[in-house]
This record gives sequence, structure tokens and C-alpha cells, in this order.
Amino acid sequence: MSHGARAVAPAAGDRPADPWPLDPRPATPTTGTFPHRLAALAIARATSVALQEKRYGIWHPITWASYAARVRDFAHGLAALGVRRGEVVGVLGDNRPEWLIAELAAQCLGAAVVGLYPTSVGDEVLHILDLAAVRVVVAEDQEQVDKLVRLKPRLATLEHVIYYDPHGLEQAREGYLAKFTEVEAAGRRAGKLRPGWLDGEIAAGNAGDVAIICTTSGTTGQPKLAQLSHANLWAMAEHLHAVDPLHTGQRYVSFLPLAWIGEQMLAVACGLAHGLTLAFPEDAATQRTDLREIGPDVMLGPPRIWEGMLSSVQVRIDDAGWLKRRVFGWAYRVGDAVADCRVRGEKPGPRLAAAHRLADAVGLRPMRDQLGLTRIQHCYTGGAPLSPDVFRFFHAIGVNLKQIYGQTEICGLAVCHRDDDVRFHTVGTPLPGTEVRIADDGEILLRSASVFAGYFRNPEATAAAIDRDGWLHTGDAGYLEGDQLVVIDRRADVLTQPDGSRFSSAFVENKLKFSPYIEDAVSFADPGGISAIVCLDPATTGAWAEHARLSYTTYADLAGKVEVGELIAEEVARANADLPDAVRVRRFVILHKQLDPDDDEITRTRKVRRNVIARRYADIIAALARSDEAASVRTTVRYQDGSVAERALTLAIRAPLAPDALATRRRRPVWSARVR
Amino acid sequence: MISREYAFSLNGSSLAPGERLLEIADIALRFGGIQALDGVGFAVAQREIHSIIGPNGAGKSSLLNCVSGLYRPQQGRITLHRRGGSAELVGRKPHEIARLGVARSFQNVELFRHLTVLDNLMLGRHTRMSLSLLPALVWFGPARRQEIAHRALVEEVIDLLALQPVRHKPVSTLAYGLAKRVELGRALCLQPAILLLDEPMAGMNAEEKEDMARYILDVNELAGLTVVLIEHDMDVVMDISHRITVLDFGKLIAAGTPDEVRTDPRVIEAYLGKDAA
Repeated sequence: MSHGARAVAPAAGDRPADPWPLDPRPATPTTGTFPHRLAALAIARATSVALQEKRYGIWHPITWASYAARVRDFAHGLAALGVRRGEVVGVLGDNRPEWLIAELAAQCLGAAVVGLYPTSVGDEVLHILDLAAVRVVVAEDQEQVDKLVRLKPRLATLEHVIYYDPHGLEQAREGYLAKFTEVEAAGRRAGKLRPGWLDGEIAAGNAGDVAIICTTSGTTGQPKLAQLSHANLWAMAEHLHAVDPLHTGQRYVSFLPLAWIGEQMLAVACGLAHGLTLAFPEDAATQRTDLREIGPDVMLGPPRIWEGMLSSVQVRIDDAGWLKRRVFGWAYRVGDAVADCRVRGEKPGPRLAAAHRLADAVGLRPMRDQLGLTRIQHCYTGGAPLSPDVFRFFHAIGVNLKQIYGQTEICGLAVCHRDDDVRFHTVGTPLPGTEVRIADDGEILLRSASVFAGYFRNPEATAAAIDRDGWLHTGDAGYLEGDQLVVIDRRADVLTQPDGSRFSSAFVENKLKFSPYIEDAVSFADPGGISAIVCLDPATTGAWAEHARLSYTTYADLAGKVEVGELIAEEVARANADLPDAVRVRRFVILHKQLDPDDDEITRTRKVRRNVIARRYADIIAALARSDEAASVRTTVRYQDGSVAERALTLAIRAPLAPDALATRRRRPVWSARVR
Repeated sequence: MISREYAFSLNGSSLAPGERLLEIADIALRFGGIQALDGVGFAVAQREIHSIIGPNGAGKSSLLNCVSGLYRPQQGRITLHRRGGSAELVGRKPHEIARLGVARSFQNVELFRHLTVLDNLMLGRHTRMSLSLLPALVWFGPARRQEIAHRALVEEVIDLLALQPVRHKPVSTLAYGLAKRVELGRALCLQPAILLLDEPMAGMNAEEKEDMARYILDVNELAGLTVVLIEHDMDVVMDISHRITVLDFGKLIAAGTPDEVRTDPRVIEAYLGKDAA
């Protein structure tokens, strides 16, 4: 890239001319539905690649024309199964072309689609399908079909389950099961018998129809179903486009759950609005390599993706030889200095700029290449606050990472950083067409054309979320700093110290999570100061243990090792060095397990559910508050076959390493992205 | 459009499920004065998971070695039934037996450690490749087409065993459980008529064992392969086997379904001693 380390949108003038008539600027559709747009793309971009999926080691492309044709076939098939306007079709599976085909097909018929997280189990699936009165579910494979078969007796409305990965389902006898390709084939035959019928159905759709139903993340209580119309999503795409212009043919790797608003927002809504090419990785475990193969232009990830990338960098640099460490260390310091200028909108001086060109060539660009970010033009973090330290790392290596802020109820996006004005502690400036107001009690209120139509069959909750003037009550607290919005945290997470000082738990937790060895942290305010429950990153800590010649069997075993405890005590001490004295962590416990969405401890998008943690680990939290030596826990382990085992464990309560002891530590610290 | 169904059948035997696939009759094997196998005979039916169990030294591995041609029994017959007629295995060389469709894995990992997973699996196709030297060397025309066709099959094995993340990794860098899975994959690449697995779960932790059991079931249920399994972990054997044959001191002492074997007094005696029975 000729911009040196900069990976920002080229100015409008040097953008390659777009030859096709649907050139997005300024023509983001504001009318019509997704299927209307797909039909237009199928004509204008017939032979360009719309979707590509890696399978059997090869990327298999699907053109816009064949994508649209498959959507039409499947729409006829769904109609034959009785899907009607206003209904809701469920989709349960990983990101595959079939997911989008099912979504667009349902929308052709005027139906909406509700996505379920493929990792969801039991009551979660039941709750959503039951609430939305879903009659037809498109499921991925045997695993997902088995869930639905088990729930079928309790789902009065469920009539058809369509699966697209047939392995292991050859012997399935349930009459309500159908294969995706068979529904498509039946649809193709039906389409020939009544030509023009589907065109009428598509034409009957209008922008105000509900396009998708997204489950709210629900850090508190059961998920609600937010209804988003085509118009809502088009408005969001248009507003984002005004800030960060996307253009056709840009690559996007779709690996986050399509049930999440973030993925629907960029992959589906912006993808259709601007004709992005979507790529679906082969397998959850190959995401990193597939991402690197594609080299996306646009990317969105929740904090854990960016934190994971940073952790892997830290560990790999630690493993590298002396020379590589020195070279990258120097390049990184230069990159950091340049980023420091740039985020304030200043230009680096000539000497720094020259050094930066060299640093980019020898250290920063290779790093971006390793991460698959060489081509990245726009990349965003959203869904939860990202630690400023992680932000800083990406800007230093020349990745223009920006925060977006918004709820499911406002299509996931209302406020966003601007190029050259990325202040790490803010979430940026409201998008065009978006109003922000801070209520008297500090709550952030938002208003735009993207504010949703209401919760599905839940007028009380809708009334509580949108007031008479159309303001969306976000439930977050914040304030404006100039024109930039600062989100303090979810209001429930603001803890008050005994001495009256208030702190945001996320602030402390993010400092802890900056350590490559710490995956999750939950902090509490106790009479004696802040205490924390810490979960290890099994990959990095495991690698460390191997280096230290420690043998271990399971996560619980690793977490219980004295040496690991000392390692984390050191890491906590490092985090403390960055924290004001009042909110330094005094005691911590390494939890015997990772936080797991199956146990309700975190949401499917990996946000911590504090109320669940507080209830489930009350004994540990009490022991931390009492400054005991150890906490004992009884855990019930629920295996996937339904059997339950109970175990008693003792977890050591530790104090972080004293600051002076930290200074004399002989162990070389892991390479840190913090430049002091 | 990608077909999510597999294009290739990994099962090299076209017999109907339940038909006799492998018949072992009256096998005797002696090493000097030691009688390793003494008149052992049983049949393996198409599409079953058939486990051979017994205390250490019972002759389980010796029996597999007789089937795959590494040992030559002094007495008895081993017959592999095929659609086109039956083949007598005793007296044949191991590579001939492999070509007839008998694939096996060993107790320890027997892979090319410095080659990638993909290369190791492609080597599993070796017996199915027919090349003259020149086209193979310059990799054009038929050689290229042939390699692509073989790769397509290998990729389906990778998909079945979920080996995608390690496709291009050298085997030496893999964890033990994963390397054993690659070994299973290489055996599958032969499109065998019958798969012999010698203690595929030895030395594994509980999680790796569970994974391996799952993949053996997948190989049996999804790919339709007949599996002969030697395994010490009784929980696994009882969970996944359709039939079990029990050997003790070279003699067959019991045979039947897991439930029948579990309650057989001779089996209890062999494992726990006379008093327990």
C-alpha cells in the first residue's frame, strides 16, 4: 500500500472510478427492500462474486446472478411450505451462503428472519422460537437439527426444519425435516408453474417491513426480540457511508454470528447496499488463516477479536529471536509515535516520517500481513468497550481501528470515530442523521431513522425503550466531551468505593485483560479495596506453562498451579501500575473454569453477566471481601449428555506482586504494546 | 454450487450391511514354544464396529498382524469377502492385502513426521495412483488430473475428521491425539473395505479419547465403514461396539454384543481372576 502505514479511506478524489450504475455514492438505497437491491445487483453485477465460501480447501465463489437465482428458488420453496407475509423464519447455524439465501428468500415473501446463535442450547432456542411463533427453521447440520428435534414437542408452532449440511441426517425419519437443496429444487419447479408470481411478492414489499429480528444481548434478563425494518438498516448504511465510504467489490470476511446485529449491519445491510463480496471461513478454527487469505477491506469485530490478535502477537514476539524482537520493538515505538500524532489530527515531522517509512517496511507492514490486515480500509470494534491499550497497538502498527457505539435497537450503530480524530476513551461522534442527548440522570438517548420499530409482541418493553419523541433510551450512562461521546459504562457496572470514589469496573477489567494471559476479569469493590476474579487465556498461559516445563492436564489444573498463580500475580501488578491508587486490585482469584455462555455467565457475544457471576460465585466474592486465604467452591458440572457431577475445589486467594518486587523480577516480561 | 454431500464413498466394500465381510477360521500362530493364537475363529459383518478385547498378551495384536499380513499363521484361513468373489489373505504380502482393501493403524504413530498432514493423507492414496514416471515428474496432463481427483477425496477425509485447521502443518508439530486422527485419516484415504485399528486411544487423555470415539463412530455411521478395533478402555469399547470378541491366552473365550460379553462369567474370570467369577 502506498499510504505507508496508513490504512484509511482514500480521499474521494483518488477512489477508483466505479463502472457500474449502482455506484453507491450517494445512492445508498433508502427505499425498497433487501430483495429489491439483490435483484438490481444480480443484473448490474451479474458475474461478479457476491459470496465465497471456503470448502475442501478451496474458495468457491457464488456470483450475484446465481445468488439471486438461489434466493428465488428457495423463496418459492418456502412459499410452498406455507411461509406468508408478516411471519418469522428462524435460522440456526454458522455463517454459510445458505444462511443469507434463507434470509433473503424469507424477505422476498415479506417474512422476517430471526437468527439464533449456533452455540445456543435448550431453553434459549425455545424462548426465541416460541416468542416469535416460528413455523419454519433453517438449521445447519445434525447438531442443530438434534436440538430442534428435542424441542419439537414443546414448540407448538414449529412445522418444518430445513437443514443444509446433510451429514449424519441420511437416516433421519422425522417427517418435518427437509433438505435445503430439495426445498430449492421444489421451489424451482414451483417457480416454473407460476412465473411472475414471486416478482409480485417482491414488489409488494416495502422499506417499512420488518427485515430482521435480532435478539438483544441481554446482559440483564431474557433476550428480547428487536424488529428492524429495511428502512432502519438502509438508514444505518447510508449514515455510515457518509463517514466511511464503502465501494463495490470490497472484501468482507463474515465470521461473527449472523444472529448478531453487528454482522447483519455490515455483512448484510452494508453488503447489499454497496455490493461487498462476503467470504465465509471454512471452519471456526481456521478463521485466522482464512482472514489472512482474503485480506479484507472492511472488518468489524468485538473487543475479544482484537484482544485475541494482540495476545497472539505478544506471545509470538516473545517466542521470536533477539534480532526480530529488537527490530520490531524499534519499529513499534516509531509507529506508536506517529499514531500519537495522527489520532490528534497532526502530521509527524520530517524525521519521524522518514523513520516511519523504514519502520513500516521492516516491522509494521509484516505485522499487518501476519494478521491479515494489509488491505484493511475500515475496521471497527463494537459491542463492548475496548481497552485504550489495545486501540493504541493497532494504531501503532498502522491499522485505523475505530470504535462504533450503538444498540441492537438502533441497528447497532449510532456513534463512530472519525479518521484522524480517534480519541481512545471516547466512542466518537454521532453519525450524520443521528442525534444524541444526555438525559438528566446521565442516560444516553439516541434518535435517528435507524431506531427500531419495537420489540416483537412486547409493547411494554417497547414503550420503555422509545419515548414519545422517538428517543431511544440506551440504558448506558455517558457525557459529551465536545462533540465526542464518552460512555461511562452500563450504569449497573459503575461501582462505588467505600471512600465514595466511583469507578467503572470495565476500566479496571480492561487493564487486567491487557495481559496476554488473562482472558476475562470481573472486578468488585470491597471494603478493603478492589478485588477481581480472573480467567486465564488457555492458549497463551498453556504455551507459557510448556516453556516453563510445567505439565498440566485440564484448564482447572493449569489454573490451580502455584507457578501460574505467581505469573498472574505479576501480571496484576503490572496492570496496577497503570491504575490510580484508589482502584488498584488488592486481591484476586484465578477461577477454575472459563466463563461460558452455556452457563449464562457471559452472553453469546461475550459480555459478562455480572448478576449471574455475583450469584454463582457469591462464596468466592465473600471470601475475597473477607481477605481469606482461600475460597472453596462446589461446582456442578453438567455434561452434554445431561449427566451432572459435583466437585469441591479450593481456590487460592492471592495478592498481586509488590511493586518493588516487580522491578527486580528477572523474568523477561512479555513484549508489551505499552510504550512508556 | 458446492455440494455439501460427499462425492466419494470412503467405503471400499459394496456388500450389504450385515453380510459377512471378514471370516477368520481356526487360526493358530506359534512363536517357538509360545502359542500366541490357538484355533481362533469368528466373523466380522459389514458395517459393524467389532472390538477385540482381552488381557495383555491375549493375542489381539497378533491377530490383527495375521490379517494384515505381517505375521503368517501356521494354520487357519482368513477370508475377505468381496462383491466379485472372496480372497484368501493368509500367505499374501502386506501390500497385496492393503490393495485388497484392508487398512490398519498401529499402536504408535506411524506417520511421516516432517511432512504435512495433507502430504501424509495424499500418501494414503498411493496404492490407488497409477502413474508412469515421466508424466508424474513433470506433472502434466493425466498426472495432474489424477492428483486433483485424489486431492478431492483427501479433502473429504479432512472434512469428515475436521482436520482443516492443521491441513498444512507438519505432523511433528501436532498433539498426540490429533496425530492419531491423521493416522485414521490416512487409513481412510485408502477407501478400505475394512479398517483395523490397533489401540487408537492408547495414551490419550479423557477428552482426546472422547474425540477419537466420536470420529470412529462418524467413520462407521457417516462413511459406512466396517471397523475392527482393539482397545483397552472398556467404557469406550462397551459404548461404541456392536459386537465384541474376547481373547485370553490365544484362545477365544467369548463373543457377542456388549451386554452379553459384560455378564459372561468367563470374561469376568479372565479379567478379574477366578475368585471373582
